[in-house]
Amino acid sequence: MSELLDLTIAQARKKLKTRDISARELAQAHLDAIDKSAALNAYILPTPDKALAMADAADQKLSAGEGGALEGIPLGVKDLFCTTGVRTTACSKILGDFTPTYESTVTQNLWDAGAVMLGKLNCDEFAMGSSNETSAFGPVINPWRASGSDKQLVPGGSSGGSACAVAARLCLGATATDTGGSIRQPAGFTGTVGFKPTYGRCSRWGVVAFASSLDQAGPVTRDVRDAAIMLGVMASHDPKDTTSLDLPVPDYEAALEGGLKGLKVGIPKEYRVDGMPEEIEALWQQGIDWLKDQGAEIKQVSLPHTKYALPAYYIVAPAEASSNLARYDGVRYGLRIEGDDIISMYENTRSEGFGAEVQRRVMIGTYVLSAGYYDAYYLKAQKVRTLIKHDFEQVFEDVDVLLTPTTPSPAFGIGERIGDPLSMYLNDIFTVTVNMAGLPGISVPAGLSSDGLPLGLQLIGKAFDEEMLFRVGARLEEAAEFTGKPEKWWA
Amino acid sequence: MAVDEADVRKIARLARIAVKQDDVATLRGELNKILDWVAQLDEVNTDNVEPMTSVVAADMKKRQDIVNDGDKAADIVKNAPETQDHYFVVPKVVE
Amino acid sequence: MADQGKNLISGVTGDWEVVIGLEVHAQVSSKSKLFSGASTEFGAEPNSNVSLVDAAMPGMLPVINEFAVEQAVRSGLGINAKINLKSVFDRKNYFYPDLPQGYQISQFTQPIVGEGKVLLDMADGETVEIGIERLHLEQDAGKSVHDLDPNATLIDLNRSGVALMEIVSKPDIRSSDEAKAYVTKLRAILRYLGTCDGNMEEGSMRADVNVSVRKPGAPLSTRCEVKNVNSIRFIGQAIEHEARRQIDVVEDGGEIVQETRLFDPKSGHTRSMRSKEEAHDYRYFPDPDLLPLEFTQSWVDEIKAGLPELPDEKKQRFVDEYALNAYDAGVMAASRTAADYFEEVAKGHDPKLAVNWVTGELFGALNKAGLELRETPVKAEALGDLIGLIEDKTISGKIAKDVFDIMWEEGGTPAQIVETRGLKQVTDTGAIEAVVDEIIAANPDKAAEVREKPKMIGWFVGQVMQKTGGKANPQAVNDILKAKLGCE
Repeated sequence: MSELLDLTIAQARKKLKTRDISARELAQAHLDAIDKSAALNAYILPTPDKALAMADAADQKLSAGEGGALEGIPLGVKDLFCTTGVRTTACSKILGDFTPTYESTVTQNLWDAGAVMLGKLNCDEFAMGSSNETSAFGPVINPWRASGSDKQLVPGGSSGGSACAVAARLCLGATATDTGGSIRQPAGFTGTVGFKPTYGRCSRWGVVAFASSLDQAGPVTRDVRDAAIMLGVMASHDPKDTTSLDLPVPDYEAALEGGLKGLKVGIPKEYRVDGMPEEIEALWQQGIDWLKDQGAEIKQVSLPHTKYALPAYYIVAPAEASSNLARYDGVRYGLRIEGDDIISMYENTRSEGFGAEVQRRVMIGTYVLSAGYYDAYYLKAQKVRTLIKHDFEQVFEDVDVLLTPTTPSPAFGIGERIGDPLSMYLNDIFTVTVNMAGLPGISVPAGLSSDGLPLGLQLIGKAFDEEMLFRVGARLEEAAEFTGKPEKWWA
Repeated sequence: MAVDEADVRKIARLARIAVKQDDVATLRGELNKILDWVAQLDEVNTDNVEPMTSVVAADMKKRQDIVNDGDKAADIVKNAPETQDHYFVVPKVVE
Repeated sequence: MADQGKNLISGVTGDWEVVIGLEVHAQVSSKSKLFSGASTEFGAEPNSNVSLVDAAMPGMLPVINEFAVEQAVRSGLGINAKINLKSVFDRKNYFYPDLPQGYQISQFTQPIVGEGKVLLDMADGETVEIGIERLHLEQDAGKSVHDLDPNATLIDLNRSGVALMEIVSKPDIRSSDEAKAYVTKLRAILRYLGTCDGNMEEGSMRADVNVSVRKPGAPLSTRCEVKNVNSIRFIGQAIEHEARRQIDVVEDGGEIVQETRLFDPKSGHTRSMRSKEEAHDYRYFPDPDLLPLEFTQSWVDEIKAGLPELPDEKKQRFVDEYALNAYDAGVMAASRTAADYFEEVAKGHDPKLAVNWVTGELFGALNKAGLELRETPVKAEALGDLIGLIEDKTISGKIAKDVFDIMWEEGGTPAQIVETRGLKQVTDTGAIEAVVDEIIAANPDKAAEVREKPKMIGWFVGQVMQKTGGKANPQAVNDILKAKLGCE
C-alpha cells in the first residue's frame, strides 16, 4: 500500500499505463491515507466519491490504451482554485459554503488530462501568510519534526496544505499558488519541489485573487520531473485572462535533459543577509559546488534593490488585495451577517468573515491607496518594483540562472511567529523578489538542517525560461540526492 | 507614527470592516509597525523611474463584440444568502 | 462661449451668471458588455444578462470589448478631440450593492480621449463653442430597486458592466438653453456615428449636471452636482431650478454647500441626496488585471477615414450645395435620418421646395400622428416625385397638399393619385381664358371695381379656381385675369 503512496507521478504514470496498477487502487490508497491524516489538517475537504468516479473514468481510458498526460494521477487542489460543485473557501469564513458553478482554467486543464481530484487543501486565508496559521480551518502541521522533538512545526505558507500533503504522501502532487513565495517557501520547509512559473504562464481565471499582479499558480511535487509534468498540463494561454500570455507551452519534460557545461550561474550577493544561519550559508555554498562540479561557471552578481522588495511587496500586495477582496460583502455569495442597514451588514460580515491577518492587510492596502498617501506609498512601491525588475534584467544579460537559498531558516514552531506579523513577513525575503519581477522560480530540496529539517535551494530564471529551471533543477536534485521523507507520526 | 485612532476608524470605514473600540489601539500599533517598516522605501531614489504598469510587456488581448455569456440567472444567484425572483436582496438602501 | 450679457439671471442684488458643466454618460451601442460577453439588451429578466464576471464571482477577470474601444475612438473623433494612443484603466473603489466588484473599472488619469469641442447652433442663429475636457470608457453599475419590497432593496445586475462613455464638458455652458442644445448636439453626433443610440428614456444616455452661480467677472464658486438627469427637458428644468436656488441662498446671506443633488421631475426641484459616502476617497489605481490600452495612429486614421459625414459638415454642405440658409441646413442636418430623407427628396428637385415640404407638411403630419421620421408612411422618393409634379406644373402647390394627405392616409404614388382623381392642373391657357371670360362676363360690376381696387382680383381668382375644380394653374389664372381686367 505504502509503495503506491511513494510513487512519483512519472512512476505511477508508467504503472498505470501498463495496467500494473489501477487508477482506482491508487486513488483509494490515497483516500485511506487522508482519512488517517487529521492530525496534519492538510485537507479541509476530501472528495472521495468524486475521486473514485474520476479514477474509474481514468481506468476506462487507460484500459482502452488511451489517456491524457496525467491520466489516473491523484492530486490535491489548494482551496484557492474554484472547483465546480465542490465547496471553495479560500480557507476563509467569509466564503461560507460557496460552491462554484465553474472550474478554474488550471484545474480544468488537469482534469482534461485525466487527473483525479482527491480533495481541497488547506492554505493561509486568501493566500495571506507564510505558515498556514491564518486559515479559518486551523493550521496545517508540518509532517517533518526536528530530530528527537515532537514540537509541531509550520509547513510554510500560504500553500502549506499542498506542501504538507505532497510530503506526507497524501497525494502525488498538488496545485498551489505563489504571490510572494507561497509555493517555494513551503516546499522548502517540507522537502518538496515547488515551482512558480513566469507571471502569465498559467491562467488566473477561477483562482481566488489575492494580488493580481503577483499571483501565479504552480505545482508542488516530490521531484523535479513531476513538476515538469504537472506544469506542462497546468500552463496554457487563456483568452479569459488578459494577463495570460499567448505563448505555446514547451515540452517541459524534454527540458529536463542537458548538462550544465558553460552555463553561467549568478550568485546575488544581496541574498547574503545579516544574521543568516550558518547552515543556510553552508547549503548555499554546497549548491554552488554541485553546479560547479557539473561544469557551470559561477559568477558573483548584484541585485542592488533586493532588500526593498519585501517592503515594496507589503505595499503593492495589500493594495491590490484590498480592492480584490471588496467583493466579499455578503450580497451575492458566502457569509452574511445581518445589520440594521447595508453599511452595517457589510461591516459585520467582513469583520466576522475575515481573519486578523486579512483584515490587517486590507486595512494597510486601503491606507496606501487613500487620498494623500497614494504617491508616497503605492506609486513609490511600483517604481521600486521597476528598479527590482531592471536589476534582474541587467544581471540576466550576464548569467543564465541565479542560485539562492529558498528560506532564511528551516521550519519554525506553530505559534512562534504568528503574533508578530513583521517577523512572519521576513520568511519571504528570498522569494518575494521573484514575484515582484514576474520571473519563474523553483525550490529544490537540497539538504537537512542540523535538526534534521529540510532546507531548499532556489533557482531563479529569466522570464519564460522555465526550461532552464527544469534542467538546472534536475541537475541540482541529482547532485543533492535528497531522499528525505518525514517519519510518519500522524496516522 | 503614521496613523492615529481616528485614522484607524476612518480606514476601517472605507474598508467596510467593523473594528471594536477595544481593538482600535492594538490595530493601530500593528498598522504603524508595518507602515514604519515599509517607509524604508523612502531611501530609494526613484526620480525618473516609471511605476510598473504591466508585469510582462504585451498588447492587451481584446474580445469581439459577441454575446456569448450570461443567460444563467439561476447560477448567478445560486450561492446568494437571500434572493427574490432572481433578484439579490439586501437591507433597504436609502438614496 | 456666448455673449455674457444675454444669459444673465437677475437677482435681488444684481445680475448673476450661471456656470454649467455636464458629464454625460452614453451607453456604447455594443451587443455585449465592456468586459464580459453578456448581453446589453434592455428589458431582460433580472440577472439574466449577467455573466460570472459581471456578478464578481471569486476568480473572475475582465477582458475588453474591442468594439467598445473603437466606438470610443469614433466618438472622440466626432467631437474633434485628441485621441490618446495609450490609456489606462483604473479601479474606482467604493461599496454599493449594485457595484458587485466593490470597484468600478473606469479611466482616471489617462483617458482614451482628451480635449475636444462641440459647436452649438442656437435658435438666435449664434454659434456657441463648448469645450470637452475628456471622454473615457467605464463600466455601468447594476440597478437597485427600492420599491418592490418595503423592507429591502432588490439588486439586478443586468446593467452591471455595460460599456459607458463618460463625456465631460468644460464649464463653458452658460444657460439652460445652451445645456439643452449641447446635449441635443452631442446626442446627434453619437447617433450619427452609431456609437450610442441616445435613448434617454431607456437610460442609454444620462447627464450629471454641475451648476454654480457667480457675479459676472467673479471667479468660479462652489458648485452642486445634480445626478442622473435622464431627459433634455429635465436638464433644462434642473438647471433653472438649481440656479435660482443657489442665487436665493447667496442673496439671503448663505453659502452654497458642495453636494450631490437629485432632480425630482414631479416638483421640478432638486433635492439633496443623503450622502452616499462621507468623503469620496475612491483610491484610484491602475487595474492590475488589465494591461494599458494601446493602439496605433494608423488604426485611428483608418477609423477616421471610415467615419460618416458629421452634422456640422453636413450642415455646411447643405448650405454650399443646396443653397439652404443656415437655419434650414441645421434643421435638416440635426439627425442622419432627417438629412438622408431630405437629400433623397431633393434629388433632382428644388432644394428650397424640398426643405419647405419636409419641415412643413411632413414634420407637421408626423407630429400630429405622433410618429418618428423613420416611421413615415410617405417615403422620401415619393415626396420627391410629388414635388416634381409641382415643378413641372402638373399640379399646383395647393393640390399637391391634398395629394400629400391622400398619400399619407391611403398610400399610392403621386402620379397615380393625380391620374385617378383627375387632379391635373389646367395649364391650357385657352381653357383658362374661356373660364375667365365667362366669369368676367357674368360679373361686369366687379370687373369694373377691380380697376380701382386691384386686390379684388383675388375674388376672381377664387371664382376661376372654383369653376375649374381647383385645377387651374394659379399663376396662369392671375396673369390672364390681369391682362383681361386691364390691371398690371
